[in-house]
Amino acid sequence: MTEERTDYGFPARAWAGIARRRPPGLDRVAWRSPLRGPWLTSVLGAVLLASIPVVILTGLLSYVAYGEQARPSDVGWLHLPMFDWPTDPSWLFRLTQGLHVGLGLVLVPVVLAKLWSVIPRLFAWPPARSAAQALERLTLLMLVGGLLFEIVTGVLNIQYDYVFGFSFYTAHYYGAWVFIVGFVSHVALKLPTMVRSLRTRSLREELRTRRADTRPERVAPDDGAGLVAADPAAPTMSRRGLLALVGGGSLLTFALTAGQTVGGPTRRLALLLPRGLDSGDGPLDFPVNKTAEAAAIVTASTGATWRLSLEGDGPTVTLDREQLLAMTQHTAVLPIACVEGWSTTQTWTGVRLRDLAAQVGIGEPTGAFVKSLQEQGAFKAADLNAGQVSHADALLALQVNGVDLSLDHGFPARIIVPAMPGVLNTKWVASIRFEGS
Amino acid sequence: MSSPRSTRWSRAYGASGWHLALMLGSLVVVAYVVATVGLDALWDPDVWWQSIAVWFVGAVVLHDLVLFPLYALADRLLTRGRTTAPDPARVPLVNHVRVPSLVAALTFLLFFPGILRRGGDTYVNATGLDQDPFLLRWLLLVLAAYFVSAAVYAVRWVRVRR
Repeated sequence: MTEERTDYGFPARAWAGIARRRPPGLDRVAWRSPLRGPWLTSVLGAVLLASIPVVILTGLLSYVAYGEQARPSDVGWLHLPMFDWPTDPSWLFRLTQGLHVGLGLVLVPVVLAKLWSVIPRLFAWPPARSAAQALERLTLLMLVGGLLFEIVTGVLNIQYDYVFGFSFYTAHYYGAWVFIVGFVSHVALKLPTMVRSLRTRSLREELRTRRADTRPERVAPDDGAGLVAADPAAPTMSRRGLLALVGGGSLLTFALTAGQTVGGPTRRLALLLPRGLDSGDGPLDFPVNKTAEAAAIVTASTGATWRLSLEGDGPTVTLDREQLLAMTQHTAVLPIACVEGWSTTQTWTGVRLRDLAAQVGIGEPTGAFVKSLQEQGAFKAADLNAGQVSHADALLALQVNGVDLSLDHGFPARIIVPAMPGVLNTKWVASIRFEGS
Repeated sequence: MSSPRSTRWSRAYGASGWHLALMLGSLVVVAYVVATVGLDALWDPDVWWQSIAVWFVGAVVLHDLVLFPLYALADRLLTRGRTTAPDPARVPLVNHVRVPSLVAALTFLLFFPGILRRGGDTYVNATGLDQDPFLLRWLLLVLAAYFVSAAVYAVRWVRVRR
């Protein structure tokens, strides 16, 4: 480790000078694990390479799904190619967002194991021998910083712990871009190493090797890249044991999170998550997002004096709840899926949005702007696209599971549209402005 | 392409030309991201620790210089004195402590906002529920993990003795 090396980049004297100024404490850090090595790192890397693109893609799709409400809104060239979020299949957002949050959580043990496997590199001295290595370290900061930042903000957000103080949307969106850049450049640089390292050992053979027969990886001095311990301890665990431990961690995380979106009896398994809590067995006992009290909705404004105001091609039409109930009612079984990764499927009954559009002279609606009684908050109004307003199951729901909506679920009337992000299904609707002809 | 001149250049830089292109490309995009977010959003002069920039770097520091040293130290203490291969006639206890401890650590890491009731009003406003059940549930889960691990150890111990 201490022998003089000559492979410094330009200016060699400066890089050699850094190498000589080794912090004294570093010598006492002894890497002992006999399991660390390029093969193990590559196995974990391959798992992440296959799965992280799914998390990235579903995350970006979530931005698209928010449509006009996508935040942050003013993102320059980082604006995604927007398209009208579809309404079919109705479980589309439930799937994409469930995958984004669920897979993101399930990968946490793999990420931690991957970082453990390469951590000797962090404390290697010198940190760089050339400009190339120094730049690579910088992209690693994007990669690791971006990944940990996205995990931390995501984990806090789904549990309503806003200790970070800044806007989650802004942080998670821009953080994702930094991570994506780090991820792409890391894959571009390391993919050949990963493939080469995976070929050095047989996975099948490893899965048959017991602890007693576990030996450190044998690698050429340069190819080990400082991962293989110089003086390894005796193994306390086999490689298959370590892989089982990481896989088991992911499996446990899956078991503790999947229920919040799979629903049914599995919801109780999500026993440490907000949406795993049992809300009861009645027709209205399903998870609430934002209570009426929190939205400052008072009973007086939702009582007999409540009117729905419809705007379109002509004079404004106002309807009370009795008049709405007298219109043709339609029932649809639809999931409501939250950006936080949970969902719940219920049977909604109400008036089709396109029937309401017809009331104000719009036969072919191309969009709608829905406003809530809620006066404050980011989602007191929502823009719906052409598909969302004209779908046969797109409703102004008055009832759920055969009974009137409760105040917390949006009484007197709420929007429910297939595959639309949950929070855009405006509750306590006050007015709808239709566009089209 | 490997003319003496390009070789000399590569040695000075430390890698090939496309490596430099990739690095510079990455830096340019990230610089653009930073410029688009704007310094105002990245840095909160009133509460410095609630800044995006602090959390970005802080996440790395917390993992690399706090979380990793802590769990590495805990594991070093657990495996202290084991320099030679363990006696095959004995059942090693170490992984029967490691596994349930990792169950406790992982679940705490992922779900501590609920366990420590950190949601406060935000949580009540969003869900209409409270966070009271989580601490007990987590403790029971951890207890169960240690119990199962101990039971498996006992079974292995008996089988080795026979």
